[in-house]
Amino acid sequence: MSAAATMTAPGPEKVSPFTRGLRNRLGDLALIVASGSAIVIVLLILAVILGDVLIHGAGRLSWRFFFTAPEQGMTAGGIFPALFGTIALVVLMTLAVVPVGVATAIYLHEYAPRQSLLTRAVRIAVNNLAGVPSIVFGLFGLGFFIQFVGGSMDRLFHGGERVWGQPALVWAALTMAVLTLPVVIVATEEALRAVPRELREASLALGATQFQTVFRVAVPQSIPGILTGTILAISRGAGEVAPILFTGVAYFLPGLPKSLHEPFMHLGNHIYVLSTQSPDVDATKPLLYGTVLVLLILTFVLNFSAVLVRSRMRRRLAGAGG
Amino acid sequence: MSAPAETPAFRAKLAVRELEVFYGQKKGLASVTLDVPEKNVTALIGPSGCGKSTFLRSLNRMNELIPSCRVVGDVRLDGEAIYGPGIDPVVVRRRIGMVFQRSNPFPKSILENVAYGLRIGGIKSPAEIAGRVERALAQAALWNEVKDRLQDNALGLSGGQQQRLCIARALAVEPEVLLMDEPASALDPIATAHIEELIDELSNDYTVVIVTHNMQQAARVSDWTAFFYMGELIEYDRTNTIFTKPTKSKTEDYITGRFG
Repeated sequence: MSAAATMTAPGPEKVSPFTRGLRNRLGDLALIVASGSAIVIVLLILAVILGDVLIHGAGRLSWRFFFTAPEQGMTAGGIFPALFGTIALVVLMTLAVVPVGVATAIYLHEYAPRQSLLTRAVRIAVNNLAGVPSIVFGLFGLGFFIQFVGGSMDRLFHGGERVWGQPALVWAALTMAVLTLPVVIVATEEALRAVPRELREASLALGATQFQTVFRVAVPQSIPGILTGTILAISRGAGEVAPILFTGVAYFLPGLPKSLHEPFMHLGNHIYVLSTQSPDVDATKPLLYGTVLVLLILTFVLNFSAVLVRSRMRRRLAGAGG
Repeated sequence: MSAPAETPAFRAKLAVRELEVFYGQKKGLASVTLDVPEKNVTALIGPSGCGKSTFLRSLNRMNELIPSCRVVGDVRLDGEAIYGPGIDPVVVRRRIGMVFQRSNPFPKSILENVAYGLRIGGIKSPAEIAGRVERALAQAALWNEVKDRLQDNALGLSGGQQQRLCIARALAVEPEVLLMDEPASALDPIATAHIEELIDELSNDYTVVIVTHNMQQAARVSDWTAFFYMGELIEYDRTNTIFTKPTKSKTEDYITGRFG
């Protein structure tokens, strides 16, 4: 004890070996201040956006606002058709994108020959798809889904009468699915890659086929990752407006779409319409705030429920939840 | 390569002839010829990277899961060539089971782990599955410890129990040969002793081939021992002979701890 005390006691001129120079410590300090203020700025921006929307929009929220259509040239009434349209769009998009995305990822990761030209081409295509501006997807949807697919269906089944060959909920959902496809593919492939080799070997060594190993071991193990991809796709799909501009969204509809081949209203587009196309901007302002708040809440709820599902799956795989 | 000098008095369950394994251009195993006796324990020993695991994994065609790997030569199970044309590796692996170095239970219940091989084999009857799961767990000396919690997740078991579960899982599909790749290397001495007793029991019904780093373990559990060095089979004989009067000086150097 006394020996240790004499050893650590700093002599008059001797600097303890356990101190660092001032410059060295300043570096740490500067980094802490810089990263700390960056965090504060980000949080402030978020707080201002959310706070502003919440303060001005919270008063608008009511059952009437949720469940009635816009009235009097969009200066009164609610947002029901837009709310319904957004949810319908996201649900249909998810139904389309998850099976296709997961199947593509399974093929790429489990079956495709690693270095083949086709595999590499598909991979490059997927990566490039993620970089295409969303308005281009809208044009693609118009050209491919509406004019080609819809137009052909009309010629074949409806004698040329315009039924499917026009902007509609189904085409908007499919366009959005194409837009979010890379997200699901990449997330699923990542999850499949993370499945321990030991588990695949265990399955194969028991005489399982590749197919059985993929669907009984690898895919169940990848579900949290697949859900992560789905969450990201939903977040993107709920907020994007550009891809649906040409493919199905309507300026105003008094009622709900009664079938897949009818146009629909959408919260994101409705916000644009309220803020730029209204005859009386002051009258629509409260409605605008309310709509923005609803869109934020909707996105949050969709995300949050998916996160909940994912964490439950994770716990089950980790073995804590039985 | 040198097979045992005099023709041994056993029935060969596995007959390996001039087996070579390549990883890309690199030779992992050079022309191995040996016979694995039926219902005996054969130990494969040698320093790290000597080719013993490569050899083991080529006995049930697990090597071909490594993309760059190529196998040349002949392996026969009861006289049938497992690398023959039109032979499905899936069928080979159902007859030649495997237990790995690190226990690798599925993140499923204890029951479903053992039932996995049965279900993929097309067995649906719950009664038959329950019966065979119980038998396999009993064979792996695990039944008494887990019979009241078959629905619990297998990852909740201890390391030693997990490895015995993996053995039970391999036994449930009733293979004829059981390959074990250092099955006790990650376990504590008590769990290791359990596994060794188990291997002894299993050799009454199964042909067991075990890779081990631990020479005492090889001496304790095996009837026959093959010593590998630098991708070659140096010596193969009765365990007793290998450990008391080996013919090759390399073998003697290794088992007396002079290298490795």
